[in-house]
Amino acid sequence: MHGYDYRAAQTVDDAVTLLAAPGARPLAGGTDLIVQLRRAERDAALLVDVKRIPELLDISFDPSDGLSFGAAVACTDIAEHPQIADGYPALADAARLIGGTAIRNRATVGGNLCNAAPSADAIPALVVLDARCIVRGPSGTRSIRAAEFCTGPGTTVLQPGELLVSLRLPPPGTRTGARYLRFIPRGEMDIAVAGAACMIRLEEQGDTIAEARVALASVAPTPLEIPDAAAALIGRPAGEDAFEQAAGAARESARPITDQRGTAALRTHLAGVLVRRALGDALRRARGEQLDA
Amino acid sequence: MRETAVTATVNGRPVSFFCDPTTSLLECLRDVVLLKGPKIGCLDGNCGACAVLLDGRLVNSCLVLGVEADGREITTVEGLESWPGLSALRQAFTEEDGLQCGYCTPGIIVAVKALLDRDPDPPAARIRDWLAGNLCRCTGYETIVRAVQSAAATLRESRTSDGEAGA
Ligand SMILES: Cc1cc2nc3c(=O)[nH]c(=O)nc-3n(C[C@H](O)[C@H](O)[C@H](O)COP(=O)(O)OP(=O)(O)OC[C@H]3O[C@@H](n4cnc5c(N)ncnc54)[C@H](O)[C@@H]3O)c2cc1C
Ligand code: FES
Ligand code: FES
Repeated sequence: MHGYDYRAAQTVDDAVTLLAAPGARPLAGGTDLIVQLRRAERDAALLVDVKRIPELLDISFDPSDGLSFGAAVACTDIAEHPQIADGYPALADAARLIGGTAIRNRATVGGNLCNAAPSADAIPALVVLDARCIVRGPSGTRSIRAAEFCTGPGTTVLQPGELLVSLRLPPPGTRTGARYLRFIPRGEMDIAVAGAACMIRLEEQGDTIAEARVALASVAPTPLEIPDAAAALIGRPAGEDAFEQAAGAARESARPITDQRGTAALRTHLAGVLVRRALGDALRRARGEQLDA
Repeated sequence: MRETAVTATVNGRPVSFFCDPTTSLLECLRDVVLLKGPKIGCLDGNCGACAVLLDGRLVNSCLVLGVEADGREITTVEGLESWPGLSALRQAFTEEDGLQCGYCTPGIIVAVKALLDRDPDPPAARIRDWLAGNLCRCTGYETIVRAVQSAAATLRESRTSDGEAGA
């Protein structure tokens, strides 16, 4: 591992100032970055620890403003937060799947997003929940849709010196449900062969789908939103017919590769299966039912 | 690259040391504080052999930088001596054959401490899920799960009888 310096930022301004240095990188839980530095897959001259910045550790929920949580909040705290479990269960689904206990105590949703792995479990959930990424940099603050944040494997829209401060999610709607599911060959501690997040909102009366979003993991160079799958759902009655149409659109849109975790054909197949199952669970949640696990 | 002064509390005692920013907490604990309980395994967060508590939370010390420990409280398996659960776990791991070579054991004991602090009566499925990040090449895990359940029962009984004695 090449050498680097370390500074713990105390405020967002402090972090932005430190990040102006050449080769500076934010350090959140380090569960991606420390491994990558050790394997010389990434380089850094300075690590700016963002875990001591109070603003990045905050979680706040307001029924009219929605949810806002800091980029350095650990996955454990997302998964165990009662209002997140209640109003944003698809986000809790993803946070609960990342690593094992010790990893989740360090790993952050912000780091999952900024690391921009095609397989990142939290990103499809953020996409279907229409999250906004609040970014601060030398030239001010900007807000980016989660669906537009990743630009390729390991790359994002962040410019050098920019810091992800928080994620903002709109209030959970009524008659709305969402779910994230992934496939791995073992029970836990593995990287998604494929993953799918789905959100549906039902009309106030009846079972017609008023709004929908679908996003996939591990089937493209970035986590991928599937507008065709949403289009196959909106205006139709929620049920197996519509869900199979959406699954078909997901299979069509998937552009997976073959690697040691699975073939392109397997991933395409899984995309359809996971979308159908996630939609079934999302419908149950939209009707106010609890899922078993 | 600057060496940084780190002051932390390890197993209840204050320690200070100089640390290069690239050095892991695991290396600091083993080579500077001279606590060999945390073991060197995969060094990439997969095996849990290096597990310690950081401010009471289970972490893999190979994925924490020594400099990040400044001002924090760290507990290694050596620091659990005064916890009544440790003797219960020792006995249960012996009776149930919860270890063979023992390399994974310090990390597992620390992980179990974190679990039993939150849930004194965890079902087998919760124990398996909680220990998913602790690999054991020897036992096949069944005996570990049984040992944890047995130690948890012992600990609950001792708490109840303490409570009765105190009442
Ligand atoms: C054993 C193990 C199991 C894992 N299992 C999973 C899994 O099941 N699913 C999964 O998706 N991932 C998994 N991961 C990967 C990793 O844990 C996650 O991606 C995690 O969410 C990364 O968060 P972090 O806080 O550790 O990020 P870090 O490693 O601290 O940072 C990751 C990247 O994001 C940048 N960054 C961090 N914070 C900010 C910020 N605020 N602003 C700008 N840039 C920032 C860093 O500079 C770095 O480039 C696993 C990793 C390990 C070691
Ligand atoms: S050595 Fe730290 S998790 Fe394996
Ligand atoms: S007892 Fe040998 S690795 Fe677990």
